[in-house]
Amino acid sequence: QDLSLPNGTPVDTSSPASSSSLLNRLQLDDDLDVETRDLFVTVDDPKKHVCTMETYITYRVTTKTTRAEFDLPEYSVRRRYQDFDWLRNKLEESQPTHLIPPLPEKFVVKGVVDRFSEEFVETRRKALDKFLKRITDHPVLSFNEHFNVFLTAKDLNAYKKQGMALLSKMGESVKYVTGGYKLRTRPLEFAAIGDYLDTFSLKLGTIDRIAQRIIKEQLEYLVELREYGPVYSTWGGLEVELSEPLEGVSACIGNCCTALEELSEDMTEDFLPVLREYILYAESMKNVLKKRDQVQAEYEAKLEAVALKREDRPKVPTDVEKCQDRVECFNADLKADMERWQNNKRQDFRQLLMGMADKNIQYYEKVCVT
Amino acid sequence: MEDCLAKKMEITVSEAEKRTGRNAMNIQETYTAYLIETRAVESQSEGHCAPVDSLWRRYSEFELLRNYLSVTYPHIVVPPLPEKRADFVWHKLSADNMDPDFVERRRIGLENFLLRVASHPVLCQDKIFYAFLTQEGGWKEMVNETGFQLKADSRLKALNATFRVKNPDKRFTELKHYSDELQSVISHLLRVRARVADRLYGVYKVHGNYGRVFSEWSAIEKEMGDGLQSAGHHMDVYAASIDDILEEEEHYADQLKEYLFYAEALRAVCRKHELMQYDLEMAAQDLTSKKQQCEELATGTVRTFSLKGMTSKLFGQETPEQREAKIKVLEEQIQEGEEQLKSKNLEGRDFVKSAWADIERFKEQKNHDLKEALISYAVMQISMCKKGIQVWTNAKECFSKM
Repeated sequence: QDLSLPNGTPVDTSSPASSSSLLNRLQLDDDLDVETRDLFVTVDDPKKHVCTMETYITYRVTTKTTRAEFDLPEYSVRRRYQDFDWLRNKLEESQPTHLIPPLPEKFVVKGVVDRFSEEFVETRRKALDKFLKRITDHPVLSFNEHFNVFLTAKDLNAYKKQGMALLSKMGESVKYVTGGYKLRTRPLEFAAIGDYLDTFSLKLGTIDRIAQRIIKEQLEYLVELREYGPVYSTWGGLEVELSEPLEGVSACIGNCCTALEELSEDMTEDFLPVLREYILYAESMKNVLKKRDQVQAEYEAKLEAVALKREDRPKVPTDVEKCQDRVECFNADLKADMERWQNNKRQDFRQLLMGMADKNIQYYEKVCVT
Repeated sequence: MEDCLAKKMEITVSEAEKRTGRNAMNIQETYTAYLIETRAVESQSEGHCAPVDSLWRRYSEFELLRNYLSVTYPHIVVPPLPEKRADFVWHKLSADNMDPDFVERRRIGLENFLLRVASHPVLCQDKIFYAFLTQEGGWKEMVNETGFQLKADSRLKALNATFRVKNPDKRFTELKHYSDELQSVISHLLRVRARVADRLYGVYKVHGNYGRVFSEWSAIEKEMGDGLQSAGHHMDVYAASIDDILEEEEHYADQLKEYLFYAEALRAVCRKHELMQYDLEMAAQDLTSKKQQCEELATGTVRTFSLKGMTSKLFGQETPEQREAKIKVLEEQIQEGEEQLKSKNLEGRDFVKSAWADIERFKEQKNHDLKEALISYAVMQISMCKKGIQVWTNAKECFSKM
């Protein structure tokens, strides 16, 4: 395979996932000018590690960049879910006014889902890959120091410990979320966003349930089909002239079963996780809204205090206002982003079902009855 | 099929009507009557259509007709009637005999039955059948006068024959086995198909929920709104399409059912053969034993143990005159027996010949009909898939405009 990135850097083709990850990158480049992209991140190559205390999976995180903030043009590190979770928390702490993309669900009920099954690991890998790509896309988050370390450090644990120490020294700049201030009126546009997010999560939840129900019905249908096909075969065994067409029907039904199985699998692996991710996204967006409310409340309270004291205290209000502006700005930006992503996801989903119908047709057309 | 009735006459069962009346036990009952219309086929040159004759018949009269035909022509595989009660239903279909869909399918089945009989080279010439189509009053009496009920073999006799016959024609044994298997496989098929239909119905209907939620969702979206709304509409269309699809499939199920019942008719012919063969074997056996008795009496030797022999030993022999008389009687019986055996043999051979001819005809018909049924089933499935593709393509387009 002879692939190279748009900016000329050759792609590492040693891993089997590289062509699909290239596709992922190209999808990402809808809005941004391809030539101006200077940071590319991929998550692939899951590996199981068995230690005395526990068993876990690590993923390879590959970075290619021309940014000055990075010492080298290329990095390849191994990270586990814990590390991604740490990164997300760090981002939330250090950039509280921004929307941080969601991670796939942390906890899985042991026994119900096999944490080490191929499908589960692959679904998770895709979600983690998307997580990092969204951060990469973000004009502010992608320059975050923690993100940089995440992508480059050989020993992330050492940095984590160091970070804890630093945190206690820094303190104030991180603590934006101040409790105790009550917001008087939420500005209309944010109230609208809040309402929207509420309804949005609700609807997505419903769609999730419907999709699950459909998959369940399809599987039950599959069970019956599996019994149906062989009966034609049995009949074919009885007949002379009719045995060929009967066998044909039996084979077709068998093929339909396979196609249906594939459809259900695809839905479970590709469609449902995306839905759930967006629900999580909506949740985290709501949290940011709450934070924004808090910030505004603080601002208003301080403003009142200033008015009462008749002092000129421009600093705090200005800071707060600046914050607010940023929130609004990025909120709108990310919302537009979300719409675009949803659009693409839907296209994928439809193609999936189209594929099913197509397959069905192909197989049925093979019925050799004349 | 040059002279068959179907070519000379158009036959349709055009209507069904609910009626109430009093039955044989003077109890009020509701039943359905079917209108049979017949019209002579005129040659094209005459340019005008013959008038339509019509009369009403109910299901029980059809049954009577079929029973008559089965008894009168035991060597023919007599076409079956559509089912008496709705069987192999899936949850949406009604099992009620009065249900309009069931009545409609039965009407078609009855018409099919009449057409099959009318196109059969032997059956179409039957006068009772002709009268069934053309003579409303007094038909029942006419049938009963033929006395066909007397000719009917008892089931017990037939069952007996099955177990005791020693040398049936191998072909019939195989055929009987085949018809048993055919019955079993088709019933299994119909049962599973009903379950498949049920499940498929469920899958389609749940998609209708998408329609509703997309509509609700579209209300809160700006750019995505229209796309979602129209996609939702397509989901509704998808969900609704299953009703027509499954209705069409019922027709396929009916075609299979006809051959399920045909298997029974096939088995009946095989049973008749067994019965005749058994009769023959019994008659032959009887003849042999009589001959033996005769010989024993004539030569005075008792080769086989018999009660007669023992009693005569114990109580003294008979007089020569008595013996002569006995021999005479036996000789007469033997003569009769031999003639009977001859005619039975002839009957048996004729039966086998004509039955086998009809069976070959039936086999060809079956292969042809079932092939067509399978083809039309495949066509149905293809059309269902094409509709599915259409709907999802439309939905995809809507989504792409989001």
